[in-house]
Amino acid sequence: MSLLEALPIALLGALLGLDVVSFPQSMISRPIVAATLAGAFIGHPPAGLLIGVVLEMIALDTLPFGASRYPEWGSAGVVGGALFAAQPPGMPGALPASLLAALLTASISGWSMVVLRRVIAARLEQTRDRIEEGSRDALLSLHLSGMSLDLLRGALVTVTAMLIFAPLVRAIVAVWGSDSAPSRAVVVVIAAMVAGGALWKVFHSVRHVLWFFLAGLLVWITLVLTR
Amino acid sequence: MTAATAGSVELPLRVRFAMFFRLLALQGSWNYETLNGTGIGFAMEPALRYLPGGIDGPAYRAALARESRYFNTHPYLAGIAVGALVRAELDGVEPARIERFRTALAGPLGSVGDRLVWASWLPFCSVVAIGVYGIGGSPIAVVGTFLLLYNAGHILLRAWGLRIGLSRGLNVASALGNPMLRQGPEYIGCAAALVAGVALPLALQRVAGPDRALLGGIIATALVGILLLARLREHAEGWRIALGVLAVFVLYSVLT
Repeated sequence: MSLLEALPIALLGALLGLDVVSFPQSMISRPIVAATLAGAFIGHPPAGLLIGVVLEMIALDTLPFGASRYPEWGSAGVVGGALFAAQPPGMPGALPASLLAALLTASISGWSMVVLRRVIAARLEQTRDRIEEGSRDALLSLHLSGMSLDLLRGALVTVTAMLIFAPLVRAIVAVWGSDSAPSRAVVVVIAAMVAGGALWKVFHSVRHVLWFFLAGLLVWITLVLTR
Repeated sequence: MTAATAGSVELPLRVRFAMFFRLLALQGSWNYETLNGTGIGFAMEPALRYLPGGIDGPAYRAALARESRYFNTHPYLAGIAVGALVRAELDGVEPARIERFRTALAGPLGSVGDRLVWASWLPFCSVVAIGVYGIGGSPIAVVGTFLLLYNAGHILLRAWGLRIGLSRGLNVASALGNPMLRQGPEYIGCAAALVAGVALPLALQRVAGPDRALLGGIIATALVGILLLARLREHAEGWRIALGVLAVFVLYSVLT
């Protein structure tokens, strides 16, 4: 993938990366949305949706609580969706390799958010006196530059990830040695395990929650048996 | 620019809209020093122009400086704080009282918002969208369901917060007793668990393919993994385990 080819994807990654924290936090940055949009950019939205659903299940494990550090799923969703949608259909290694690239991107992008927050704090230190005097210009400048830097951060993460992972995923897919069914099965088990564990972590204190989950499972079993 | 002299100032609709729009960008300058503080100042700024003396007056500058200091809250409930603080500033409440109010309000807003939004509404909307995928939904149906459902709650919560803050001022604390905020997470949690019971297996089935024997094996293995992660709870991050397992599997599949 050339830089020119990666640029539209980088723009999407920048916009969705911005949504994670800065603006407008409407969750267009969730992987189920981001990966689908990236798949649509490549021309194959169903592929983007498939990896987006898997990433969404894994992302349930990391909810953006306050000042905690967490992976950044906006840019990662775009990278995962674009990589998977760009592979020829039916290649057994495409999903695991693209998913691995997306998870690595999420981790690195999460770290880039920490760096950005430190950069903003350093800029705040430089303008603290003016802000303490009630300078509107200083406050607006700090705020708007923070958002611009976040946009730039998302673009840089996405374009770098695409340039590194696009050839790497293609190479992995070409030499993939496992069959299609176990390759999918490993991904599905991982997603199910993380999603189940995450939901338990979040909802375990809710009264009767296990019964509600079992009732849902019963509905699913009924659906399977009657189909 | 209209500048009020004292007492209660009725903010025009366009100023309320400006504040609401700026609330969407509240965390644009989030940092480890002031957290949401500068964002609070940024969101309040259009309304502070209505202080005596307007944008060049000492009241405006003092208020903007005061409101841009350290503050920590949930972004979706920040409207409550922004509205209440604007009302207090425009009503000429003494600065020391405003400072005390800021300190007292930040913690509860943060914890209520985290429970209601990040730990309830977001996972609920996620599992609903995953469920729509599981029943065969198209990309537009899945993404549309998620975004419409999630943002209905998101926008309503932000708008309600700003309105209640502006109308109640420093008496806004009682709004935190709203049943939606207190019991909402409990009900949403039950609904999310019910939906997850149907949605997760359906989605896994669609990703894995039609082989029932394979799906049985997947669900059995996943249940063991879920039990393990549930036991570990705070001691293990599932996504890191996923990353490690996947990396090993990819390496194995490339080398064999």
